[in-house]
Amino acid sequence: MSGLELLTWGRGPGLVLALGLCIFGVILRFAEILALGRRADLALPRPNSPGSGWRTMLTRSLPPPGMLRRAPLTYLGGYVFHIGMAVAVFLFVPHIELFRGLLGLHWPGLPNPLVDIASIAAIVALLALLVGRLVDPVKRLLTTTGDWLAWALTFAPLVTGYAAYHHVFEDYTLTLAMHILSVELLVVVLPFSKLFHAFSLFLARWYNGEISGRKGVAS
Amino acid sequence: MNRPAGNALGKVFSAAGISRRDFLGFCATLAAAYALPASSVGAIAAALEKAPRTSVIWLSFQECTGCTESLTRSHTPSIEGLILEQLSLDYHHTLQAASGEAAERARDESMRINAGKYLLVVDGSVPLGNPGYSTIAGVSNVDMLMETAKGAAAVIAVGTCAAYGGLPAAQPNPTGAVPVSRLVRDRPVINVPGCPPIPVAITGVLAHFLTFRSLPELDDRGRPKIFYGESIHDRCYRRPFYDQGKFADSFDDEGARKGWCLFKLGCKGPVTHNACATTKWNNGVSFPIQSGHGCLGCSEPDFWDAGSFYKALSMPVTPVRKAVAGAAAAGAAVGAAVAFANRAKKTAAKAAHEAVKVEDLTKKS
Repeated sequence: MSGLELLTWGRGPGLVLALGLCIFGVILRFAEILALGRRADLALPRPNSPGSGWRTMLTRSLPPPGMLRRAPLTYLGGYVFHIGMAVAVFLFVPHIELFRGLLGLHWPGLPNPLVDIASIAAIVALLALLVGRLVDPVKRLLTTTGDWLAWALTFAPLVTGYAAYHHVFEDYTLTLAMHILSVELLVVVLPFSKLFHAFSLFLARWYNGEISGRKGVAS
Repeated sequence: MNRPAGNALGKVFSAAGISRRDFLGFCATLAAAYALPASSVGAIAAALEKAPRTSVIWLSFQECTGCTESLTRSHTPSIEGLILEQLSLDYHHTLQAASGEAAERARDESMRINAGKYLLVVDGSVPLGNPGYSTIAGVSNVDMLMETAKGAAAVIAVGTCAAYGGLPAAQPNPTGAVPVSRLVRDRPVINVPGCPPIPVAITGVLAHFLTFRSLPELDDRGRPKIFYGESIHDRCYRRPFYDQGKFADSFDDEGARKGWCLFKLGCKGPVTHNACATTKWNNGVSFPIQSGHGCLGCSEPDFWDAGSFYKALSMPVTPVRKAVAGAAAAGAAVGAAVAFANRAKKTAAKAAHEAVKVEDLTKKS
């Protein structure tokens, strides 16, 4: 299979397959989580703290007092990686064209060099987080195979995207195909791994904030 | 068409009124194209001047004659055109005066006299589905190709149809069209793709053969690297706009008028290898992107089947909405089933729950 054939497969059947599996998994996981239900809380809220859940969505993105100093790599690496990746995913014009093709929605993008800087920052941050995880014995102990896999699957689209943009390899078409296929692999695994937090993050935070608020520890 | 073989190219050029300066200029262009040192210009000129006119047999199979059109419409008297003209073009359906048996005799004669030395140029793909799909003088394309290729010094597959199957091989490939390289295995095959190919890419290959008696370095798609080594995108004069994030959103918007990048309008320049952006067409006048239309990717295999010409390279080539809706419905159904199973499990656990009594705690096992 030539690079162009692989690319065309990735833009066609591969994309349909990946998106189908992803949507299937996301709906399944949400249905499973939401249908679990919670026992009715008959106690009065202590104190009544409306909006605690919504506030928690934001406050959990900020380090608790002192934690930034204690674990700078975790926080700064996390910020740089997530922001860098969000810029690369949502503000690179060819990616916006993909969203336009899928959703009919589009928005202005950034000049490529800025996206490039964001991508490099995300790659460096991911590498730093990996090293931090390998060096710290506690983190290493806590890391499961799923975590290593999640790291690799997240790293692959970034590094192949970088390689495609900078023509690191002679065969650009094949590199681009690899980039698209790596994204599709990530998208397929996403709902069935810890990476599902991309979808469940805000719901989980809202629930935690809301239930904690009712119990008297409102954010 | 059949000219005596001893007539060297130098004499032909002089007879055609091509000045020494123009001729050396052409040799210098060739040297630059092949990344040779300036000192090699003299050697190229000497080789070309002494080169006996090589016999060429040109076979046209499932094609549209666009490749021949491209060549013959190169400006006259361009030296590129002249080289082709002054080669001993012994057989070419469109250009030869002879027809019928006389034409076929010319091919047989050329094959016999120049056995092992002639160049075979092919445009068009070869149908394998049924020999009757395309025949010449009652001979199927595949038989004629194999018979003619046997005595050829090399085979040049001109145009994307001959090089990769092209339009006839597009899905569902009703004639079972295949490229020349699929059939000819025992002779060097060089692909000069494009729909049509740039004239100088063809003449450049011929000139290389005349000068060095060998074929130029090829890429992994069998194309000469000198013409197909770089992508259109990398050599495109609109590339800076791509990097700046300036794109035309339609063919007549402000971006289009300002000459911004055509990526969003479906330009396939990033995955297309050809020399359009550097050599251009019509004697260097322009090329598709300069005229305001995105690159179709015509020099790449299967470009017809690589999605819409007007969709950006990053856009899906097939509709996804139905599949996604189906997947969502399936996810909801399976999710409901899992939820039901979880509930049942919970209810069963509740029913099986036994309250702990004081006796249980004091009981000695």
